[in-house]
Amino acid sequence: MINFIVEDRNGEQRPVEVPEGIGLNLMEVLKASEYDILATCGGMGLCATCHVQVLEGHDNFPPVSDVELDILDTLPSAHDDSRLACQLRVEEYMEGALFRIASENH
Amino acid sequence: MITTDICIIGAGPVGLFAVFEAGLLKMRCHLIDALPQVGGQLSEIYPQKPIYDIPGYPEVKAQELVDNLMEQIASFKPTFSLGERVEVLDKQEDGSYIVGTSEGTRVHCQVVVIAAGLGSFEPRKPEIEGLERFEGKGVSYMVRNPELLRDRRVVLAGGGDSALDWTIFLANVAQEVTLVHRGETFRGAPDSAEKVFELAQEGKINLILNSNISSINGNGHLKEVTLVGKDKSSYTMEADHLIPLFGLTPKLGPIADWGLAIDKSAISVNTFDYSTNVERIYAIGDINTYPGKLKLILCGFHEAALMCQSAFKYVYPNQKLSFKYTTVNGVPAF
Ligand SMILES: Cc1cc2nc3c(=O)[nH]c(=O)nc-3n(C[C@H](O)[C@H](O)[C@H](O)COP(=O)(O)OP(=O)(O)OC[C@H]3O[C@@H](n4cnc5c(N)ncnc54)[C@H](O)[C@@H]3O)c2cc1C
Ligand code: FES
Repeated sequence: MINFIVEDRNGEQRPVEVPEGIGLNLMEVLKASEYDILATCGGMGLCATCHVQVLEGHDNFPPVSDVELDILDTLPSAHDDSRLACQLRVEEYMEGALFRIASENH
Repeated sequence: MITTDICIIGAGPVGLFAVFEAGLLKMRCHLIDALPQVGGQLSEIYPQKPIYDIPGYPEVKAQELVDNLMEQIASFKPTFSLGERVEVLDKQEDGSYIVGTSEGTRVHCQVVVIAAGLGSFEPRKPEIEGLERFEGKGVSYMVRNPELLRDRRVVLAGGGDSALDWTIFLANVAQEVTLVHRGETFRGAPDSAEKVFELAQEGKINLILNSNISSINGNGHLKEVTLVGKDKSSYTMEADHLIPLFGLTPKLGPIADWGLAIDKSAISVNTFDYSTNVERIYAIGDINTYPGKLKLILCGFHEAALMCQSAFKYVYPNQKLSFKYTTVNGVPAF
């Protein structure tokens, strides 16, 4: 099992547990866990509505790709720890991470 | 006042195809969209992506599909109000409606069709305290008329294509142009990025990288913009205009206030004819919901066809509708 923590838009934190090798990205897992994420583009990295901040554990994450940076750059409040959830495959490196779902406008 | 048979809110693929189905039944359409261009999500989010599930097209680029739809409906002479958001639906005594937009346009129609997709595309706003107080008083999220910026001091914020393009354009129009960007590189269009760095080197624009806008100030009208750098240094500059350009995101907006049955940000409809709980108002495409709903272009097209068969009775109350194939009659024109 991979365990991480998700903070919703109200600041509430909940643990999320995902079986290894599930082959989903973080956006899909968050949606399946009933988090309020639009994911307008369905995970193509085009809409930025799946913006999350990685508050803890970001050092273990794969680097941001150019495509991802491109879209993050268009957001008004992206941070150094900002990622697009749909571009992150849920794998072992996520163990122990803390994600914050960015506000709907951003 | 514009007068038409059907007023369609949203010029995405489904709103556009509804013009065709309406035209076959001799009903005229006016379309309104918040975006400056037609095509909805296709032209705004993924114009160059290929779509594979449009019947009869093994593969078609999103923008190409939109262009084809425009060609297909041309003979029915639809009219458009683009760059305007629908704010109000006003029911008239005879049952007809007047649709009112953010820009004051009014459309009188017999039937309202909501083809609003995921909602109206609205600009993303940065989190700056008091930003909304200055909207229309120095702060705007798009450049409608560049002439209004002539000889003014303009601050643009953003790192995408439109921030770059407007910086380049306004360099020759405004008195002073400042571009503020959170990062230190631009990944959008390399040519525009290069041009912006050149203009900065020549002293024609101010380019402030690694910075965000932290606050704005003014007395009725915008006067000052304060920036804070990644190194926490802060800097205040005088400005007449601030234009944050951070792309668009769909918002349900005023649709929620029209007395329609809403279920999870979508309008509940009767699948018999895609009518809503309010007479003469229909909802088709991504904006509606019913058991088994799929947000697909193909499904929206089907909904548009059935909707028109039902809307006919409001436009031609004394006529009987007889169904004909296009192969039999061809496509009539207005
Ligand atoms: C990246 C991506 C890939 C996709 N791929 C496919 C695919 O392969 N196949 C497929 O079938 N579907 C696909 N879709 C889904 C498809 O794009 C939608 O089903 C389709 O766009 C719905 O069309 P629509 O006309 O209902 O709404 P939209 O395309 O969303 O258009 C609605 C329009 O209404 C306007 N509007 C809303 N409210 C107002 C208002 N109050 N005033 C004025 N204007 C308003 C909006 O600005 C918008 O332009 C994809 C979507 C995305 C984002
Ligand atoms: S779902 Fe659209 S960018 Fe991630």
